[in-house]
Amino acid sequence: MAELNTGDGGGGKKGAKKVRSKKLNSKVDLTAMVDLAFLLITFFMLTTSLSKPQSMDLGLPDKDENPEKNKDVKVDENRTMTLLLGDNNKLKYYIGMIDNPIVKPTDIAYGKEGIRKEILKRKKTVVEYTGNKDKGLIVIIKPSKKSNYKNLVDVLDEMAIADVPTYAIVDISPEETKLIDGAAPESTTP
Amino acid sequence: MSKKVTSIDMTAMCDVAFLLLTFFILTATAKQPEPLPVDTPASTVQTKLPESDLATITIGKGKVFFGVTGKEVRKQALMAMGQKYGVQFTEEEAERFSLIESFGVPVQNLKQIINMTSSERNEEGLQPGIPKDSLNNQLADWIMNSRQATIDIAQKELNIAIKGDARSEYPEIKKIMDILQAQNINSFNLVTGLRGKDF
Repeated sequence: MAELNTGDGGGGKKGAKKVRSKKLNSKVDLTAMVDLAFLLITFFMLTTSLSKPQSMDLGLPDKDENPEKNKDVKVDENRTMTLLLGDNNKLKYYIGMIDNPIVKPTDIAYGKEGIRKEILKRKKTVVEYTGNKDKGLIVIIKPSKKSNYKNLVDVLDEMAIADVPTYAIVDISPEETKLIDGAAPESTTP
Repeated sequence: MSKKVTSIDMTAMCDVAFLLLTFFILTATAKQPEPLPVDTPASTVQTKLPESDLATITIGKGKVFFGVTGKEVRKQALMAMGQKYGVQFTEEEAERFSLIESFGVPVQNLKQIINMTSSERNEEGLQPGIPKDSLNNQLADWIMNSRQATIDIAQKELNIAIKGDARSEYPEIKKIMDILQAQNINSFNLVTGLRGKDF
């Protein structure tokens, strides 16, 4: 009690001694406070960087109602690869045209071991075939009515990973719908 | 003596820690509660969404919600929509509307939503989504009016982002893309989550 009272006044030898003792008391252990501060810093750092949404740019071709302008461009069937997206994460691909494909419609898996390998392989062979770097692979993405949005984004993501020069999202034809949704896989092609 | 050595002066460290903490708290943007929570698919692409002049179309569970950034743009778009559909909004309602991040009701019911509190508004299943069929295509009008408002206010073209649920079916997305393409918007962003390349 006496110490507390003499603390503010401070005079004489005894007072000086008391001041020193007060200084010692004023030192608070800040470890816990620093711990808390860093915990909060970590939390805010992580939440701020994670909450910024990622996005994927998608450009679609101009929709021109005028049929004169909208002529089909003929491309080499060897350069095209068509991906059919079905329900339950089913994915098929074929090369060339549907009536007479160069590679028959084949089931393939999503991801690193499946479709990505195939795209990378085709990308190389197409450039070798055309002998022109500007005439690379063309991927045609045809999502069926039962496919979901995740499938589409997955495939678009593969395009970005494999750096496919040209790709397009095209409406699926009835023939292809049949191919992906039902019927035996090999029945349509001779 | 040995006691003196083990205790370090933490004051400076504490100062720095709190300075950083203050910085992060101030720069952090509070996450707005979403009336339609969606699970976005993941992709490896790391383009960031633009922060301003952006309209977000949220698609999930068969519903479509719409939101646009910027208070003034929101107000002006609301007024234009009110004019078109014969609904009168007061100045106060416009002010309240300008604070709503995203909504999913027809214009006719928008007044009720505006007068609710934010927690009531975000109750699940309350908002039925914006009509988007060919007879009553309010979504297209919202997009159109927001674009016009952005051009008037910021002299910029509005960016469009589509935030779709991973499980939503492709025709739903396709419908939105068709609505956008009908307005000659051929380039837009798909909002995705992040993942590594090894999946």
